[in-house]
Amino acid sequence: MKLYCLSGHPTLPCNVLKFKSTTIMLDCGLDMTSTLNFLPLPLVQSPRLSKLPGWVLKDGSTFLDKELKECSGHVFVDSVPEFCLPETELLDLSTVDVILISNYHCMMALPYITEYTGFTGTVYATEPTVQIGRLLMEELVNSIERVPKAQSASMWKNKEVQRLLPAPLKDAVEVSMWRKCYTMPEVNAALSKIQMVGYSQKIELFGAVQVTPLSSGYALGSSNWIIQSHYEKVSYVSGSSLLTTHPQPMDQASLKNSDVLILTGLTQIPTANPDGMVGEFCSNLAMTVRNGGNVLVPCYPSGVIYDLLECLYQYIDSAGLSNVPFYFISPVANSSLEFSQIFAEWLCHNKQTKVYLPEPPFPHAELIQTNKLKHYPSIHGDFSNDFKQPCVVFTGHPSLRFGDVVHFMELWGKSSLNTVIFTEPDFSYLDALAPYQPLAMKCVYCPIDTRLNFIQVSKLLKEVQPLHVVCPEQYTQPPPTQSHRTDLMIDCQPPPMSYRRAEVLTLPYKRRYEKIEIMPELADSLVPLEIKPGISLATVSAVLHTKDNKHVLQLPPKPPQPPASKKRKRVSDDVPECKPLKPLLSGSIPVDQFVQTLEKHGFSDVKVEDTAKGHIVLLQEAETLIQIEEDSTHIICDNDEPLRVKLRDLVLKFLQKF
Amino acid sequence: MRGGVAEQARQGGEGRWGGAGAAGPRCGEGKGRGARRECALWGARWVVRPEDSWGCRGRPCSGRRAAADSRCWPDEGSVTGGRCWGAGRRLASSPGLFLEVPPCETKVASGRRWTAGVSDAGLKAGHRSGREQEPFSYSILLEMSCLSSFSLGPGAGQDVGRSCILVSIAGKNVMLDCGMHMGYNDDRRFPDFSYITQNGRLTDFLDCVIISHFHLDHCGALPYFSEMVGYDGPIYMTHPTKAICPILLEDYRKITVDKKGETNFFTSQMIKDCMKKVVAVHLHQTVQVDEELEIKAYYAGHVLGAAMFQIKVGCESVVYTVSIHNNMYRNLHLLLRVAAWIDKCRPDLLISESTYATTIRDSKRCRERDFLKKVHETVERGGKVLIPVFALGRAQELCILLETFWERMNLKAPIYFSTGLTEKANHYYKLFITWTNQKIRKTFVQRNMFEFKHIKAFDRAFADNPGPMVVFATPGMLHAGQSLQIFRKWAGNEKNMVIMPGYCVQGTVGHKILSGQRKLEMEGRQIVSFLLSKDDHFGKGGGGSKCFLIQEACAFFSLQLEVKMQVEYMSFSAHADAKGIMQLIRQAEPRNVLLVHGEAKKMEFLKQKIEQEFHVNCYMPANGETTTIFTNPSIPVDISLGLLKRETAIGLLPDVKKPKLMHGTLIMKDNSFRLVSPEQALKELGLAEHQLRFTCRVHIQDLRKEHETVLRVYNHLKAVLKDYSVQHLPDGSITVESILIQATAHSEDQGTKVLLVSWTYQDEELGSYLTSLLKKGLPQSTS
Repeated sequence: MKLYCLSGHPTLPCNVLKFKSTTIMLDCGLDMTSTLNFLPLPLVQSPRLSKLPGWVLKDGSTFLDKELKECSGHVFVDSVPEFCLPETELLDLSTVDVILISNYHCMMALPYITEYTGFTGTVYATEPTVQIGRLLMEELVNSIERVPKAQSASMWKNKEVQRLLPAPLKDAVEVSMWRKCYTMPEVNAALSKIQMVGYSQKIELFGAVQVTPLSSGYALGSSNWIIQSHYEKVSYVSGSSLLTTHPQPMDQASLKNSDVLILTGLTQIPTANPDGMVGEFCSNLAMTVRNGGNVLVPCYPSGVIYDLLECLYQYIDSAGLSNVPFYFISPVANSSLEFSQIFAEWLCHNKQTKVYLPEPPFPHAELIQTNKLKHYPSIHGDFSNDFKQPCVVFTGHPSLRFGDVVHFMELWGKSSLNTVIFTEPDFSYLDALAPYQPLAMKCVYCPIDTRLNFIQVSKLLKEVQPLHVVCPEQYTQPPPTQSHRTDLMIDCQPPPMSYRRAEVLTLPYKRRYEKIEIMPELADSLVPLEIKPGISLATVSAVLHTKDNKHVLQLPPKPPQPPASKKRKRVSDDVPECKPLKPLLSGSIPVDQFVQTLEKHGFSDVKVEDTAKGHIVLLQEAETLIQIEEDSTHIICDNDEPLRVKLRDLVLKFLQKF
Repeated sequence: MRGGVAEQARQGGEGRWGGAGAAGPRCGEGKGRGARRECALWGARWVVRPEDSWGCRGRPCSGRRAAADSRCWPDEGSVTGGRCWGAGRRLASSPGLFLEVPPCETKVASGRRWTAGVSDAGLKAGHRSGREQEPFSYSILLEMSCLSSFSLGPGAGQDVGRSCILVSIAGKNVMLDCGMHMGYNDDRRFPDFSYITQNGRLTDFLDCVIISHFHLDHCGALPYFSEMVGYDGPIYMTHPTKAICPILLEDYRKITVDKKGETNFFTSQMIKDCMKKVVAVHLHQTVQVDEELEIKAYYAGHVLGAAMFQIKVGCESVVYTVSIHNNMYRNLHLLLRVAAWIDKCRPDLLISESTYATTIRDSKRCRERDFLKKVHETVERGGKVLIPVFALGRAQELCILLETFWERMNLKAPIYFSTGLTEKANHYYKLFITWTNQKIRKTFVQRNMFEFKHIKAFDRAFADNPGPMVVFATPGMLHAGQSLQIFRKWAGNEKNMVIMPGYCVQGTVGHKILSGQRKLEMEGRQIVSFLLSKDDHFGKGGGGSKCFLIQEACAFFSLQLEVKMQVEYMSFSAHADAKGIMQLIRQAEPRNVLLVHGEAKKMEFLKQKIEQEFHVNCYMPANGETTTIFTNPSIPVDISLGLLKRETAIGLLPDVKKPKLMHGTLIMKDNSFRLVSPEQALKELGLAEHQLRFTCRVHIQDLRKEHETVLRVYNHLKAVLKDYSVQHLPDGSITVESILIQATAHSEDQGTKVLLVSWTYQDEELGSYLTSLLKKGLPQSTS
């Protein structure tokens, strides 16, 4: 069993597990932090961005000034943003049989894998994962494609050039592997390869392995996966949450008795308490609006936004914000809000009960009905007519490099009345803001990451007791910025095995058994013998059939009766067809009794000689010698088959067969 | 002889080797124990033998059990080992040795309480005497497509509707559906659960209850069963069923208790408490009821949330489907997902309904076109169309149909839908849109199919408006309520039309007009009660009470109603038809089929068809009859990987298709079966191998030198034993596989060479063959 690690990002994993002749890809996360090195894509011409000075090397050479721009001491690539793909060279990805997706954030690299590597397998994901994943991809493609950029920078990627660049560009990894965003046809093609599954659905892979998604509690339809055969169990835990937000709670019990537990997707902000952050979010929002400022919330179109809207729903009246408009701007805003209401089966218990009434499970339905929340596909069109300030705008993308958020940053950045509140934990907010500096606008960082923290992990591990834990190397040491916090790492016994990008791990386990079925007819013919109290044995000689990785034992076919009348033509016809199977023997032969038996059977001239190890029985007349030792018997005789057979059967009487 | 051994072993059951097999306390304990008893139930005698048929999975046979078993297999002498598996299967004819494995008996009791004859008589009597003027529902949200008046061959045990089936599979007891009979107002309406157990608690006896869909004839008795009789175990149903079922139950309760004033019925609180015991399941989710019993839901079409269920214990399984959607491969169903689908799960038994057993109906699209044409024609000539429906299911489908038609044809005539539960029903469809078809799912963000532009809420005053209109009104059989009220108003005008989209129970106005009756006796009492209910609704407002008076006058004097309006019947019901069932059997490949929920004659037809086409046993038990099905499962065993790999590697030609003969030792210890190589078995038992070796002296007349003789022997063997590995070793010996041949000169006779052929017992056949071959001498030609 081997694990190939294709991604270095602990929360956007991409691993390949080779297990019992199947090749299973676990998630295909897309590392989008690479986009932070690029200039934002403004929706309308931004004089500020277009006037940024080109970057000049220390020696004064300016050959890169078309590709690299400088803004407040940071250097950015002026090009279409590019993403860091999972490793594609570590193994032949066309051999991947299936891809298991744990949640919609971890499938963003799917089109790169399914459309460019010769992949011919199946992708498994839950229905909400597919639907919301599609929305995320649509939004991504849309926000990049609608701002066509002529320029595509590549010179800076040259290794010789990159060496000369300032950090973080200098340290960016695998820049030659960075790719532009996929297109909608590729998204559709990739999504068409997905087969939708439900929680606790057992899916057979080639009869060899069974995979099962389990609720992971992190997002709508998010799942952990069990990969098991009859004897081995691997749990893949990715992006799980024990907090009660909107999704169905995490299924922990089914993770028990794992041989290997692969643990990824823990919280990215282990020191922040999500509940506290939500409170801070609300109070900052209220304060800004009361002071006449606008609030910008860069966010994904699904996920935490549902929880934020629910909090605001409860909060706005008490905070006197009932007249402040909330805008949700995304090409998929409407779809996201609508989809959230129809996944009753994937929601937590409280929300399910609402559906039974029947009422929409999320209160944003009421916010929309009462016109408090309005959603628009983009800032163009209806929005510009309805737009009233002060207001609260939810829009993407959280990296602040593309999407409608870029426009609001340019629009509101100059006023200190306005506030931008970061809730998504995927991007460092300082890096995200870098190309907008200097900025008068207030910045609040309230990262809400509901995924497991280290305390919860150690509790979980104690409960499910896996034999081995495998995790990204980042989790085996304290965060680099807080090296004294030894509590911010996984602590378990035996210590976890860690992996890093482009590494191959051999997982510690040994398969010893396999399932086989004995057909009833064969079972009927078996003769069990009680060897010791409670232990019985039966020798089995049977035909093994193997089909679709399932093994079945059947009665051996009866040997065809040779036609008695016909005389055989050649000796070779007589050659035994299949190798006859004789059992092993065990036991020992008591010489005295053996001699008695021989005499009983008509051997009169039996002579016994003692040797160092046992005895020799001589049958003088027949010129036959039988060496009897503790665990062996050797019959040496002339070529007298009837005699030999007779002696053989007498010996066998004293031995047990296996 | 074998039977005799079996009997002997069974009598001395305790002496068998330590319960190797699945023996254990885990199942059957507490369930189905106790003395055998017989009870008369639901018109038929049903023998309950708790010991052997309802539980006791793999418990070691006691003497008492053995006695019961003999009933099971009276013809013990002729029964082969395989049949006795469940009771303690013989692995071999060694005296006193038995292997216990998971039993194979799957038992189904189609315990429906209402025999056809009884319900028929009851309904007729009730109708004549006027005792049951409001026979069934009033505003029940239900397609009453399976009431008894629909079927009824005389004396037919097979009946339509009201499912409640008990399945005992490998020691687990599962109740499938818990239906209520709407034709009775006394305690006959609920199944007699004392039939399951008289003294014990139902919870101890049943492992779980499964509800297939929300129709009351499948879930109506649930609160009575769980709260009044008492059951605390799990009840499984899909999410939409869990959502809608309590609404229907509450509605029915209101009519029964609040309107009709009946007592001894479940309360609102009981419905709530009952629903707390419900576990909602996802499609395709494998629910582990306990360690051994698992169930899995498949999409079934029919109505929102309807599901087929696979019930599985070990390697034995049953699939239960009540109403599968008929268009298994044609995606014509408007509302629901593509088609019912099940994987090739090869269940031991498929229980299927057969309501429309013989009808292989014409295309649904034709019927829809026909329907639209009729509505359109009537509206064009200024007539009014009444469509009596039940609020969930077909109603939404027809609404979507008309809505799109109106849109396309740009029609202006108003369409109304009687309000109340309908809006709620539409809401359910909106929230459970993932259960509807691809088209509706795909477009729901842009346009929710259940938000209608042309269809408006109906007010009862609209019925008197002049001009054409289309009205959907509940209930669907014209037996009470708004639909009947509108019908009365419009019946006299030949321009108008009533379209009945489903079945009507005998005795209802719907049934009468469909059977061609055009003069209807409207009985006084019925009108009074009808007016009283009107009073409840409309008596408060001033305008309302005025209207009420006119109504009253009307009603009282028109005791005979002449129906001049056109009466049309359109069957849109989504029950399984023969094609659907056949398709399902083709998909699932069951070993046995059991038909329920249909008419005897039609079922007989279908049974023959199934037996002919699929060559599987098909059963159609009468009410209260128990069907026992024997299965013959194979035994799962752990094989050591070493042995398996060795065996798959052996063989000179790596021919995958060619079966391989393998040899191993089965170790049976502590309920586990392990198949290992004989060497490993010896090692595990701490025994040493005893090697038995033979060395034979074969004399050959040959004057040549020894090594030349050896070479001749080698060439000879090589020529004869083509499939074997024959080697000539440097030390002058020959090996054939692992058999060693050496040549020495005869001490006395130089012309004779002695070949020493040496082999172990494991090579016995080949060794013996070689000596006989060599004895014949070497062919001269090889020299």
